[in-house]
Amino acid sequence: MNAPQTPNSFRNGPDETGHFGRFGGRFVAETLMPNILELQEAYEAAKVDPAFAQEMESYLKHYVGRPSPLYYAERFTEHLREKAKAAGKSGGAKVYLKRDELNHTGAHKVNNVLGQILLARRMGKKRIIAETGAGQHGVATATLCARFGLDCVVYMGAVDVERQRPNVFRMNMLGAEVIPVQSGSKTLKDAMNEALRDWVTNVDTTFYCIGTVAGPHPYPAMVRDFQAVIGTEAKAQMLEAEGRLPDSLIAAIGGGSNAIGLFHPFLDDASVEIYGVEAAGHGVDSGEHAASLSGGKPGVLHGNRTYLLMNGDGQITDAHSISAGLDYPGIGPEHAWLHESGRVKYIHATDKEALDAFQLMSKLEGIIPALEPSHAIAKAGEIAMDKPQDHLMIINLCGRGDKDIFTVAEHLGGGL
Amino acid sequence: MNSRIENRFAQCRAEGRAALVTYVMAGDPDPETSLAVMRALPKAGADIVEFGMPFTDPMADGPAIQAAGLRALRAGQDTVKTLELVRRFREEDAETPVILMGYFNPVEQYGVTRFIHDAKTAGVDGLIIVDLPPEEDDQLCIPALEAGLAFIRLATPTTDDKRLPAVLKHTGGFVYYVSITGITGAATPDFDKVSGAVGRIKRHTDLPVVVGFGVKNGEHAEAIARGADGVVVGSALIAALEATYDDQGQATAQSIPAVEALVRDLAAGVRRAAKADA
Repeated sequence: MNAPQTPNSFRNGPDETGHFGRFGGRFVAETLMPNILELQEAYEAAKVDPAFAQEMESYLKHYVGRPSPLYYAERFTEHLREKAKAAGKSGGAKVYLKRDELNHTGAHKVNNVLGQILLARRMGKKRIIAETGAGQHGVATATLCARFGLDCVVYMGAVDVERQRPNVFRMNMLGAEVIPVQSGSKTLKDAMNEALRDWVTNVDTTFYCIGTVAGPHPYPAMVRDFQAVIGTEAKAQMLEAEGRLPDSLIAAIGGGSNAIGLFHPFLDDASVEIYGVEAAGHGVDSGEHAASLSGGKPGVLHGNRTYLLMNGDGQITDAHSISAGLDYPGIGPEHAWLHESGRVKYIHATDKEALDAFQLMSKLEGIIPALEPSHAIAKAGEIAMDKPQDHLMIINLCGRGDKDIFTVAEHLGGGL
Repeated sequence: MNSRIENRFAQCRAEGRAALVTYVMAGDPDPETSLAVMRALPKAGADIVEFGMPFTDPMADGPAIQAAGLRALRAGQDTVKTLELVRRFREEDAETPVILMGYFNPVEQYGVTRFIHDAKTAGVDGLIIVDLPPEEDDQLCIPALEAGLAFIRLATPTTDDKRLPAVLKHTGGFVYYVSITGITGAATPDFDKVSGAVGRIKRHTDLPVVVGFGVKNGEHAEAIARGADGVVVGSALIAALEATYDDQGQATAQSIPAVEALVRDLAAGVRRAAKADA
């Protein structure tokens, strides 16, 4: 492949055919094509409609609870500085948390779902389907469907139904039908296959609310736009708190919607280092991981070209992560492009590192993070130690850990 | 260019009937059984054969084809072996058109140029790649056409008159009309609507229009054959095969006869339609 050229801006993608460089696109069955084109048209119209923006803003403020705070994690910062000192270093960046775990429903997912549900209403669609891994996207979708009186069907891998029982209960309480998916590896990718099959069957009535920056164009761009509120707020908040831009950003990546939401408004700020943290499971070399960029290669799945975990024949292999939300064998196409262009540095954290970070953050800051951002917290701790003390770092704390206490308890031994 | 496909439709037209197109999954449940199934299809009355290339994530397929793909993959099927099956099929049958149907990722990992070359050499006549709409034509469709492989496109009830020309632009061999919005093997189509839909497509193309999705037996085939140039049957054949497998999912002595019986029933259906029209 040719070396990607450095563009004038990293914020112009995708092109009109939905490509970020060679990634993205629209690899779907013909049955879905007219729908995808209809969705694109509806989204383009909504994007430039001030009434849509106003409606979004109002619900984000009064229903979701935005803006979420940008919080200086003082004890976490002190802890890192002491650790650095003990290692003979003088560093220890000043760490802020972007607290999207405080959103209604407990994660960043609701930002995107709100946008898509308001769009579905504009399009007159009364039935909403979604896929979910950890259940956070499913809960957010069920929540907004309840709020707007829409039918809601959530596809969830049977394995995930077992390990995320509290969220299954929540979705049921909210009136959604949760369908356990028994095909394939019974996790997020299979839930997405099943949601696509539903959509192919019920194209006229149904809106597919995808939970991450993946899928056929326009989903990766649309979901990013809805999540970019995270980065837009963080930028203004950091300018207010410190009078300048942050020096680094760090976020966990499964499909990558929380990460792109934080990153996108900063992509053209060359001074800002950006880190995405993939889930390395038992280690990238173990073969049991979910790190598509570190351990995969480019291919086509779920409507887009991106980095995927697969064997030599192009068969998709199972991802592994302690975190159901990161347990996906692909990554959003814009991340694939940002990886190859070098603008964002993609690293990875293991299950164990995430578990340690989960406990550390809980004890030092009184904030129980979800296992997903625990991957980012783990790597933030390492990177921050080598940065000077005036280095400003933002971790995207994209979800809270209530849903994960059973998993964590099991791994720590004893259970609940 | 695609003489085998053209010749076969010409023969069927001469007999005043629609073509029977049968789909089975390459390598289900093992390569040798699969080859025996493939060879049995034309002998029992199939005019065109489609072989599925298994994929772990077949997003447009129903449970029967999903399961068949996973059985084939578990038995070690891959693109190399699928092309080998076609080559061995061709050793005994020089006339029956062979279509490979699947998803793009395994083809791309094999290498587009290499795949087109090897498929052509093995005796493949056409390709159906479900997740390559016209918007992605430069990926495989154009190079395949240039090499003389027909790129057969699916048209669906959602493909309106405005979009049809784009869908038909690079389509070759025949047009595959998906009779329902849905996945393979799902609901039985509304036969009255199907011939109207075929007529709509025929206003845009001279290619034969075949109809599939949801065709389960000779009666369905007969009903569809009255209004189309061909009938495609896949999931029902796979289900008939699967019903003969033992507890370990292995083929038994009943497997081949079961396929032959269903294909004969379907072949009789398309022929009854011809007589009824005559």
